[in-house]
Amino acid sequence: MSTRTPLIYTPKILDLFRNPKNLGKMEDATVSSQAGSPACGDVITIYLKIEDSRIIDASFESYGCAANIAAASIITEMVKGKTLKEAWDITWEDVTNELGGLPSIKYHCSILAVGGLKRAIRKYFQEIVKMHPDWLPKDLSKEERQALEEEELIERIYRKYGVVP
Amino acid sequence: MVKVSEFLKQHGKPSREVYLDHENSGWVPPEVVEAMLPYFNQRGYGHPSITNLPGWEAYEVVESTLEKVNKTINARGGELVITHNGTEANNLAIIGTALGSGRERRKIITSAIEHVSILFPARSLEEYGYRVVTIPVDKEGFVDPDMLSMLIDYETLMVSIQMVNHEIGTIQNIKTLVETVKDKDDRIIFHTDAVDAYGRIKIDVEELGVDLMTLSSHKIHGPRGVGVLYVREGVRLKPIMHGALSTQKMWPGVENIPAIAGFNKAIDLTFTNFDDNVKKMKMLRDMLMDGILNNVPEVLLNGPRGDKRAPDNVNISFLHVEGESITVELSLRGVYVSSGSACTSRVLEPSHVILAIGRRYEEAHGSILFKVSRYHNKEDIEYVLSQVPPAIERLRIISPLARESREAVKKVVEV
Ligand SMILES: Cc1ncc(COP(=O)(O)O)c(C=O)c1O
Repeated sequence: MSTRTPLIYTPKILDLFRNPKNLGKMEDATVSSQAGSPACGDVITIYLKIEDSRIIDASFESYGCAANIAAASIITEMVKGKTLKEAWDITWEDVTNELGGLPSIKYHCSILAVGGLKRAIRKYFQEIVKMHPDWLPKDLSKEERQALEEEELIERIYRKYGVVP
Repeated sequence: MVKVSEFLKQHGKPSREVYLDHENSGWVPPEVVEAMLPYFNQRGYGHPSITNLPGWEAYEVVESTLEKVNKTINARGGELVITHNGTEANNLAIIGTALGSGRERRKIITSAIEHVSILFPARSLEEYGYRVVTIPVDKEGFVDPDMLSMLIDYETLMVSIQMVNHEIGTIQNIKTLVETVKDKDDRIIFHTDAVDAYGRIKIDVEELGVDLMTLSSHKIHGPRGVGVLYVREGVRLKPIMHGALSTQKMWPGVENIPAIAGFNKAIDLTFTNFDDNVKKMKMLRDMLMDGILNNVPEVLLNGPRGDKRAPDNVNISFLHVEGESITVELSLRGVYVSSGSACTSRVLEPSHVILAIGRRYEEAHGSILFKVSRYHNKEDIEYVLSQVPPAIERLRIISPLARESREAVKKVVEV
C-alpha cells in the first residue's frame, strides 16, 4: 500500500462544504446530541424531529474540517423520512460512500457523524420515550464508543500534562 | 478516491489570488526561473565533478553560489555543504554530529518549538543510546538562557536551537544562547536552524559563534531543492548519506545545478535592498495583523510583537473554528494559507509549536499562519482583509462552539 495520503475532496464534499444542507440549531427538535471534542478538533451536533418513530426533520452543526462539515450535513439528508430503526442501521461506510469517498485519514469524520446520530437515537429512547426497543443494542455501538474514546482521550492528555480543560 | 484533477476543476481558479503560505513553499519570481533555464540545456548541464566544459560550467555555479552564501552570513572559512533541501541539512547537522563524535557524549538539547526536521532526527538517535532533552519555551516562544545553562552537563554533545521560529516568528537571541553554552563547555556543538531567519534578519556566523547552521533556498523565493549546512572549521561531522560523485564529501549525489543557479539569483534579489525589503515586510505584516485583530472577534495572536517577531510572520488562532476548514474556505476565495490544526498535519496532532507556548488544543486547531513577502503590496493585504472576516463568520455560523459562545455572552448580558 502506498504511504502517500493526498488530502483532496470529492465534488460532493466540496459542494456540501460550500452549501451545507440542513444547517443550524433546530429550536423545536425532539432530541439533540453532540459528539467529539473541541480539543480533538471535531464536534458534530445532530438535531432530530421525530414523529411516530420516524425522523421527519434533521439538522446539524459542525466544528471541524471540510470533511467533517460535509459528513454531518449528508447524514441529516440521509435520515430524513427514515424510521429510527432504519436510521440506526446507517453505517459509517454508508456515509463515506454517500460522500463519494473520503481520504483514509478522514474516516473518523463519518464515524463521528454516525456516532452522533446513534447517540441522539439512544437518547431519544432513554430520556424522552423511556422505553427500549428490542432492535436497539444495550451496549454502545462501535461509533458511539469511538466518539466517547475521543472525548475521554483529550481529558486524559490534559490531566497528564497538567492543563485544565 | 477522486482524482486531484477533478477536485481542481471543481475548486476553480479564483479571479484574485494572494499566496501567503511561504512557510510551506514559495512563489518563485520570473528572474529566478530565467536564471535557472540555461542550466538545463545551454550551459552547465554537465556534472560538476567531471572534467569537461559543461561540468566546469556547472561547478562555476556552485562556486559562485557558495561565495554569495558566505558573504551574506559573513562566514570566513568553514565549509558549506549543499544538500537537496533544508530537511537534509538538518538531518546531517544532528545525525552527522552524533556519528562524528567520540560517543562519550550522548545528550542532545533542542527547544520544544524546533522544526520536525530537527526533532525527528534527534529522536531517531534515542534508539542508539542518545538522550534528547527538549527545553520548554515561554509564552512568546523564547528559550531561557538560564534554563539552557542548567541543562548543560559533561554529557552534552550538541545544542540545536533555531534562529527564527517558522510558525510564530520568534527571533531567538542566538548570540546569548551560544555564549551560555560555550561558557560552560566550548566543546559542545551549537547548531542553529536559520531556514526562516535567512533573508529576514541579519546573520553573522562569526559574531554569533554558531558551529553549524542550516539554510534553505525555497524560503527566500529560490526554487525548492537546495539546502545548505554551514560547518565551522574544525567541527567533526560524518556523512550520513553514502554514494559517490559529488564535489563534496559530506553529501553525495549530483548537485541540482539549475536549482542552485536559481538560489544564486534569489540571494541577489533578497540581499540587494535588504533593509527596504525587511521594512516593507514589516509594514505588510503589521497591516495584516492589526487588520485581523481589529476586525475579527475572538482571536489570539501567537508569538511576540514588534522587533522580536520575524518581519513576515502573522499567526492567529481563530476561536470556535477549525483550521483546516479555514484553509479550504480561504482557498476558495483565493487566499492561500496553512494551519496548525491536526487535520492538516496528517499526524492528527495539532502544531507542537502552538501547544508549546501554552495554547490549548482547540486554540492550536484554529491557528492560521500567514507569511507576507516583499512581492506583496498593500492591495494584496487589503484583499486578504476583505476575505478573512467573512470566511471566519461563515464557518462560525456552522460551528456549535461559536453558537454556544454567543449564547453564553447573551446570557451574561441579559443577567
Ligand atoms: C525552520 C525550518 N527548518 C527546516 C525546514 C525544512 O526545509 P526544506 O523544506 O527545505 O526541507 C523548514 C521548512 O519548512 C523550516 O521551516
